[in-house]
Amino acid sequence: MPTVGVKRDFLFKALGRTYTDEEFDELCFEFGLELDEITSEKEIISREQGDSKASGASDVILYKIDVPANRYDLLCLEGLVRGLQVFKNKLEPPRYRRVSPDSGGPQRLIITKETAAVRPHAVAAVLRNITFTQERYDSFIELQEKLHQNICRKRSLVAIGTHDLDTISGPFTYTAKAPGDICFRPLNQTKEYTATQLMSLYRTDSHLRHYLPIIEDKPVYPLIQDSNGTVLSMPPIINGDHSRIRLQTKNIFIECTATDLTKAKIVLDIIVTTFSEYCAQPFTVEQAEVVYPDGKTCIYPELAYRKEKLSAEFINKKVGISESTERIAQLLTRMCLLSQPTGVRDEIEVEIPPTRPDVIHACDIMEDAAIAYGFNNITRTTPPTYTVANQFPLNKLTELLRQDMAAAGFTEALNFALCSQEDIADKLGKTISQTRAIHISNPKTAEFQ
Amino acid sequence: MGFSMADTGVVETLLQRIEKVDGGVDSLGVAASLGVDHQVIVGAVKSLQALGDVISAELRSTKHWELTEEGTEIAEQGSHEARVFNSILLEGLPQAELMKLSFGKIGFSKAMSNKWIRVDKSYEGGPRIFRTVESIEDQVREKLLLVKQGNAAQLDEKEKNELKKRKLLAEVTVKSYWITKGSSFSTTITKQEAELTPEMIATGSWKEKKFKPYNFEAMGVAPNCGHLHPLMKVRTQFRQIFLEMGFSEMPTNNFIESSFWNFDSLYQPQQHPARDQHDTFFLSDPALAHEFPLEYLERVKKVHSEGGYGSQGYKYDWKMEEAQKNILRTHTTAVSARMLYKLAQQEKFTPVKYFSIDRVFRNETLDATHLAEFHQIEGVVADKDLTLGHLMGVLHQFFTKLGITKLRFKPAYNPYTEPSMEVFSYHEGLKKWVEVGNSGVFRPEMLLPMGLPEDVSVIAWGLSLERPTMIKYGINNIRELVGHKVNLQMVYDSPICRLDS
Repeated sequence: MPTVGVKRDFLFKALGRTYTDEEFDELCFEFGLELDEITSEKEIISREQGDSKASGASDVILYKIDVPANRYDLLCLEGLVRGLQVFKNKLEPPRYRRVSPDSGGPQRLIITKETAAVRPHAVAAVLRNITFTQERYDSFIELQEKLHQNICRKRSLVAIGTHDLDTISGPFTYTAKAPGDICFRPLNQTKEYTATQLMSLYRTDSHLRHYLPIIEDKPVYPLIQDSNGTVLSMPPIINGDHSRIRLQTKNIFIECTATDLTKAKIVLDIIVTTFSEYCAQPFTVEQAEVVYPDGKTCIYPELAYRKEKLSAEFINKKVGISESTERIAQLLTRMCLLSQPTGVRDEIEVEIPPTRPDVIHACDIMEDAAIAYGFNNITRTTPPTYTVANQFPLNKLTELLRQDMAAAGFTEALNFALCSQEDIADKLGKTISQTRAIHISNPKTAEFQ
Repeated sequence: MGFSMADTGVVETLLQRIEKVDGGVDSLGVAASLGVDHQVIVGAVKSLQALGDVISAELRSTKHWELTEEGTEIAEQGSHEARVFNSILLEGLPQAELMKLSFGKIGFSKAMSNKWIRVDKSYEGGPRIFRTVESIEDQVREKLLLVKQGNAAQLDEKEKNELKKRKLLAEVTVKSYWITKGSSFSTTITKQEAELTPEMIATGSWKEKKFKPYNFEAMGVAPNCGHLHPLMKVRTQFRQIFLEMGFSEMPTNNFIESSFWNFDSLYQPQQHPARDQHDTFFLSDPALAHEFPLEYLERVKKVHSEGGYGSQGYKYDWKMEEAQKNILRTHTTAVSARMLYKLAQQEKFTPVKYFSIDRVFRNETLDATHLAEFHQIEGVVADKDLTLGHLMGVLHQFFTKLGITKLRFKPAYNPYTEPSMEVFSYHEGLKKWVEVGNSGVFRPEMLLPMGLPEDVSVIAWGLSLERPTMIKYGINNIRELVGHKVNLQMVYDSPICRLDS
């Protein structure tokens, strides 16, 4: 389960009230989160590196909250606050809109055919007139990292790049070039490197070396440049230093390159919906145009609102409650699934926002209704299923044999099924092929082969 | 049971002493006056105790002060500081030389604090130590001598504690006996008979003999017996619980499963982290499975990649090669999937309740509570129109049989169930809610491609076998329970498994 660390006092400020630890724990339990740990930066460093290193670190209280693995919208403070506020009826679910730029055409990202060999897909969007504070900035970076670790499968499926739009100029080109032909100044460095040099440079970097294998052996590496040839990034490894985001940045160009287009779209939607609240026009995202090698164009972000119809009866029946149509619509709205009775019998129309890519079937909607109702408020009933039980004959015999063997004076031992090759072959004077054993391809230790 | 010659002598002397006295005697005192080691008297006391109520011995403990080894050294040779003082002649002594002496370091600092000596740091040739007073009184040595002579009482508590701090004195507890006459006291020891023989009855001699009373408190000889492993005992109990609830046992006698049945048929996507090299054991030999119900496989492929059955699907490219990979199963839910598929092939649907308790394998980091292989308990109910309320009801019934009645449910996430609930019970000892299991309703994307009717719901729950066993038998490290490094004594000693109390 992914863990999100948030500063407690910021969280309470955003929620509009304070909670005791127990109260907040209870709220998390109801909603499906887990308050895993209450700590501070100082405590963490103290625990990992010793007290001396910890002095001077902040003792601002941090809440570490465990979030379900399929809720990408809750991976940062902004997302958690929004989810909880709507759950507690303090906030209406926001409405996200894609808008055209005020002047000129949309930013364009042109994909060339060379990318097909290594990382074919890309999506892009713009956040216009955003205002960052240190906390918002940290949260923005942290969200990208969390998404990278989760849905992006450690950058192998999707890689996110965010850039200061005022330092670069479109149209942007997403292409792939031979490592020797790529040369730029990467983030936090003072001089330029070729891609080959970067591979060696980052081999010892504790954070980045894990991503090198994704493109290392390919003939070409992905590269994004602006119209002046300035390198924005070499996904999935590192961005260029030129276009880095700062606290004062006002306009952000976001690009996601991917091997899985569906996930790239989800990732883009999550980032823009979460941080568009800080734009001058809150909850609006400026569109960008992506041009494919075959000339086809797509506008992003999709920010699709999907509608699904279901009946109150369906929900009542599956959960085991009996609520009115209006009430169920209210329950769903509390989970950010804006719902209205349609007026046709007990039909409800549910709108699934772009922040909920985890809702893919009516049963997901049904679960949310149950959560809003409160799992522990549901009456428990016994299933009327009548069955006659049968024992599995092999187990039945085993149980009988066990008893009598123990009565005969034998002690039951419980051994591992996994063992080393030596244990069953060499040490017994046999060849391994004689043993008819199965072999494991990825054992963690030599004990289990 | 007999006495050795020496013992008899001591025993009789002891008895005589007790006879002469009105009250009682102290074992330490007797030992001192007889000139024997105290333990000999203790031995005599114990022998007498075994004979019945000849004597009555009360255990007492007294404390007295004794010199430690260092204390004894000081008593003989003088304290460190006094010896330092005495080593310094009229013309003084270089500090370096003083420090070479065994008593130098400690003595130096003590003598300085007593103001008996001073240091001239600027002396030519190095710092030099001089006497500040003409003569000294070695009080420490005097006090220790008092204790050695047995006059510890002359020192007050503060002085004794100071010397104790310097590790020169130690307070020693001595156990002694206060011995008085017992109800059948006599100075002669009569041997008690241990057995009543037929001759004694025939001759009537039993009337004059004293018999040793039976000791019903003694431990008997343990009979030779076999033992069942505690984990398996717990397993037997869980099997009983399921059978009592009408659940049929699933055939789980296959540790190896194809990725298809273990993951794909459960609607777990091929890119899911659990299918990683890090969490699952993949087989190199035999590496791939080849037999699948092909029409079903096609439907599974479709629901993953395109959707259908009311679902959006995961929208990725589903690969056959991925599904063919053989693995060591990561959960017994794979077997449940096979059984549900089989159920769906029936002409007419019949409701079922299934269970299984068997081994599963996870390629995780090992620690005190995690092993690569462990046992999973799983229960499944398939019937028309089952609700979340029904799942809670079944869970209550199940856990009540384990003696757990307070349950709470928390929303959770599993790739193959929706809704999913974590089950918590209240632990009276820890005074908090702890997780006892995981449960959920299987997703339609899993059930409908199998061919099960739309109104059929399947509810399921699972927990591990090791955790309740470790709690029940008080074992903290899982390696002490499972595997070849287990202490067999644990198996011998483990009590019967009663889960509901």
